[in-house]
Amino acid sequence: MTALLELDHLTTRYVSARGARVVEAVSDISFRLEAGETLGIVGESGSGKTTLALSIMRLLPPAARIASGAVRFEGEDLVTKSDREMRRLRGKRIAMILQDPMASLNPLFTVGDQVAESLRVHEGASRRTAWSRARELLTAVKIPAPEARVREYPHQLSGGMRQRIVGAIAISCEPRLLIADEPTTSLDVTIQAQYLNLLRELQREHGLALIFITHNLGIVARMCDRVAVMYAGRLVEIGPVRRIFDSPAHPYTRALLESIPRLADSRARLTAIDGQPPDLAALPTGCAFHPRCPKVEDRCRREVPTDVTVAEDHRARCWLAAR
Amino acid sequence: MSTASAPLSPSASPSRAASLTLAWRFAAFHVGGFPVLPTLILLVLAFTAVFANVIAPSDPEIGTLGERFRPPAWQTGGSEKYLLGTDHLGRDVLSRLIFGARVSMVVGLTAVLFAGAVGTALGILSGFLGGWVDQVIMRVTDTWLALPALTFAIFLAAVVGPSEMNIVIILGAVYWTRYARVIRGEVLSLRERDFVRLAIVAGCSKWTIMRRHILPNVLNSAIVLGTLMLGVVIVTEAALSFLGVGVPPPKPAWGLMLADGKKGLMAGYWWLTVLPGSCIMLMVLSANLLGDWLRVKLDPQLRQL
Repeated sequence: MTALLELDHLTTRYVSARGARVVEAVSDISFRLEAGETLGIVGESGSGKTTLALSIMRLLPPAARIASGAVRFEGEDLVTKSDREMRRLRGKRIAMILQDPMASLNPLFTVGDQVAESLRVHEGASRRTAWSRARELLTAVKIPAPEARVREYPHQLSGGMRQRIVGAIAISCEPRLLIADEPTTSLDVTIQAQYLNLLRELQREHGLALIFITHNLGIVARMCDRVAVMYAGRLVEIGPVRRIFDSPAHPYTRALLESIPRLADSRARLTAIDGQPPDLAALPTGCAFHPRCPKVEDRCRREVPTDVTVAEDHRARCWLAAR
Repeated sequence: MSTASAPLSPSASPSRAASLTLAWRFAAFHVGGFPVLPTLILLVLAFTAVFANVIAPSDPEIGTLGERFRPPAWQTGGSEKYLLGTDHLGRDVLSRLIFGARVSMVVGLTAVLFAGAVGTALGILSGFLGGWVDQVIMRVTDTWLALPALTFAIFLAAVVGPSEMNIVIILGAVYWTRYARVIRGEVLSLRERDFVRLAIVAGCSKWTIMRRHILPNVLNSAIVLGTLMLGVVIVTEAALSFLGVGVPPPKPAWGLMLADGKKGLMAGYWWLTVLPGSCIMLMVLSANLLGDWLRVKLDPQLRQL
């Protein structure tokens, strides 16, 4: 059976104006995502998480290019699709929630207008049916008094409500895949929790697959079935959440997990990862993580690790895991 | 507070700034921040323009040659029939001023709308599409702006010939660049706003985004610019008419009246130049003051100062 989304050795590069500097922001990434599944993508800032999402959506900035590989969505390769076909797909089959949903609404239009927009663009719905669908959607994202809210403007709503409206827009055409790029970073913790619950519910009800980009491992533990860890544009480890949290195979994943504060043992000092994330334009030889790795070996400095299957559905790119 | 702002505006000492503000307020006759006098003047002029044929006491284009160079009614030799005197063809100056308001209003507003429509459309295209479209439009704009506006307008008028319709087209062709520049700048920042990116993510076409998300958001600036441009356009129209390449005689345009009256200035026929000149000045000043107020009103950053 074909997966809903399958990335096959995807590589995306940023090329500077004269082609002098080439940065590989997404390097040789492969994974599968089944319908209804939630995949968390974690990594430091600049590890290529957002570029990966934009590559899937084919919304890369002009300087970036998909250099090789394939993005198969429902069996069709998105990399070779025309702009027109992509536009028909975006918002309808693949929806996305941006980093700052608070600013994602046009201040000049009513909420109803904006929720209805996707429906009108993609399904050619009349104004009337689109608006009544908009009211249903607001009910679905638990906005009280949707009858009144559809006629209000974004500035009349609270941050949490605006965010839920962005959620409503995302699910309006019943997409199969929803990509959420750090959707909760601009919210306070209680609203975050509400919003995450809402996303889970929507996902269950509509059976949509979710790619959740974040640097918050707590959210990953709560939301996701599987987790992918990115470092310097590479996918260093991917596997079921439980397995990754219990027995991480890559030293970077382990270090990330150790840097989460825990309520239980308040006496233990938090461990930080030594050093800085590498400059993508001048990657170290061999494994990109080797200068910061506590278990570095000679081989790590020379050769780039290959993809190793650690256990069923659990892969890592590390020479240590290979043994 | 004063130490913090001092490096930003070294020349504006508090007292000088206050007196400037006071002068400005006085000139604009602000009540509660709203420029009442300019608005009133523009409304009166608009009213005059619309109802010119009802208000005007006599025909603006046909005079009585026996009644040439009559002074205004309050001077010796003036008559009740010609309140503001008559010109060299014995035409009633008041009636000509009244009909002149119509010409100025119609030409000014349509030219501003025309220039605004062209400039805004090109500005949005340039800013949103970027790339070679942006390059082409902006280089054309640069070239356009390098040409002196009035000389360029005279040149165009000489090519297409004088008529009211042509004046509108000429003024539009000369002044669209100002809009294109300002609107492009706005679009460049709007384009990066999240609601535009969300629209892209939601699969809207470029056309839909420009029409639904960009255009309504730049309309504010376009309106402010339009008000400020109104004065410029009216002065240019008057200048063109004065030079004989604008509104063709015997139509009663203020600029044309100035041109006709300048010969009589030495002979003491002051009303032929001072009156139309004052009308032009009043209208332009009012438009500018209203424009200034709108600009401050609609710009949240300026409003805080």
